[in-house]
Amino acid sequence: MLRHLKILEFAVAATLRHKGRNLAILVVYSLVITILASVLFLTRGLKEEAQRVLAGAPELTVQRLIAGRHDLIPTSYGSILASVPGVGRVTPRFWGYYYDSLTSCNFTLLGLSAGGGDHLELLAGRLPTGSGECALGSGVATARRTEIGDDLVLIDSHNLGVSFEVTGIFAAEAALLTNDLLLLPETDLRVFFNFPEGSATDFEVQVFNPQEVATVAAKIKQRLPDTRPITRSEILRTYDSVFSWRSGILLTVFASALLAFCILAWDKATGISAEEKREIGILKAVGWDTADVLELKVWEGLILSLTALLLGLIFAWVHVYWFDSTLLAPVLKGWSVLFPRLVVTPHVDLYQLFVITFLTVTPYVASTVIPSWRAASADPDSMMRS
Amino acid sequence: MSRANTFLALLLVLSLTLAGLVFFGRPEADGPPGLKDFQLRGLAARFGLTDLSLWTEARYTRHPSQSDRFSAFQDFPGSFDHFPAGSIVNPPASVPTR
Repeated sequence: MLRHLKILEFAVAATLRHKGRNLAILVVYSLVITILASVLFLTRGLKEEAQRVLAGAPELTVQRLIAGRHDLIPTSYGSILASVPGVGRVTPRFWGYYYDSLTSCNFTLLGLSAGGGDHLELLAGRLPTGSGECALGSGVATARRTEIGDDLVLIDSHNLGVSFEVTGIFAAEAALLTNDLLLLPETDLRVFFNFPEGSATDFEVQVFNPQEVATVAAKIKQRLPDTRPITRSEILRTYDSVFSWRSGILLTVFASALLAFCILAWDKATGISAEEKREIGILKAVGWDTADVLELKVWEGLILSLTALLLGLIFAWVHVYWFDSTLLAPVLKGWSVLFPRLVVTPHVDLYQLFVITFLTVTPYVASTVIPSWRAASADPDSMMRS
Repeated sequence: MSRANTFLALLLVLSLTLAGLVFFGRPEADGPPGLKDFQLRGLAARFGLTDLSLWTEARYTRHPSQSDRFSAFQDFPGSFDHFPAGSIVNPPASVPTR
């Protein structure tokens, strides 16, 4: 044990002898790990969030396809859907998109069928109850600088301005689901979009037994061949693959940065200087054997990589969970004008930590040890003379 | 042995900081843990919401789960398009890969 500690002491001293160079490597190394870990933490967090939140999504959504594209569905399909055994409530949904030229944002408009007026935990104010009222997502409210009680003017499908009184605004915590959402009474929405009589955007279908959802979907497809039933598990699967860490341009781009770092580390390590060779030669001449020299080099590699790994993980954690991924948001944002704050619930995944450690520490330690191993096995005399 | 001990102490401090962040250093949240998710799940159920409101630039990025299976240049996650999000969003799991 004491022997190992002495070799570590020597390794720390050797690292400190090249303070400037090692500090530069430490900074770059920590940055590389911070970016890699941030991407993994964020995508994993969003994936988990989607799984938890969308567990409340409709068990079955039925949309109509015409010429391969989503089209309005006749409300008369409702009775056919309701006649499928195992089906409970069948609700037509009215929703659509609205491009707001004033703010260059796209809003999602959703019709509220019945009820309304009730207070929700994540809603300041109340849901619209009567014609001419609306509730907004926090992103819409911010973009239009609107508050409760203000009027919101939108241009309808007849190119006429329609004014809605804002009765409620969703909390920022609900932005992940409601950021671009605008809730209107169903009748207002149908007039606003000039929905053809007897048609809806799609149907929300309740299935009594969760085990029967796939069977019910198959039966619906059989009875209404021009429809496409989308199950909740398909929605969850979609989000599972959307945020899969194994893919995505972010990691693809980052892979080249990681490769560049590996080349840098390899170049630094393989370009073993004459001074280092002499040092290895002297160590061997004074009685160190090859295993000791290799242990010294492993420690030298570990000192930098473990410090960089821990610093990188700490920075990534703070960046993703404390600063809402400020540095990554512009990349993820794409062309979205309305983009919610990326607030994700912290989630620890040992497999993920193992991946980060394996991808970063192993190449560096290997590129430090391998060239030194070659030098350490050579004759000390020739090493000192080189 | 002081330098080795200093290094080991540094590792310990960094490890403890990371562990502290993981277990105790979570950003402040209102209410008990999981309440926000519960409330959001309630919203999804109440209004029949099917997708996250992340990317609003196209239909297939706003509602990836409801998008068309395919139509040229649009509405298909993973296809060639001019939106950056299209290169981040994968095709749905139901799309067979070769």
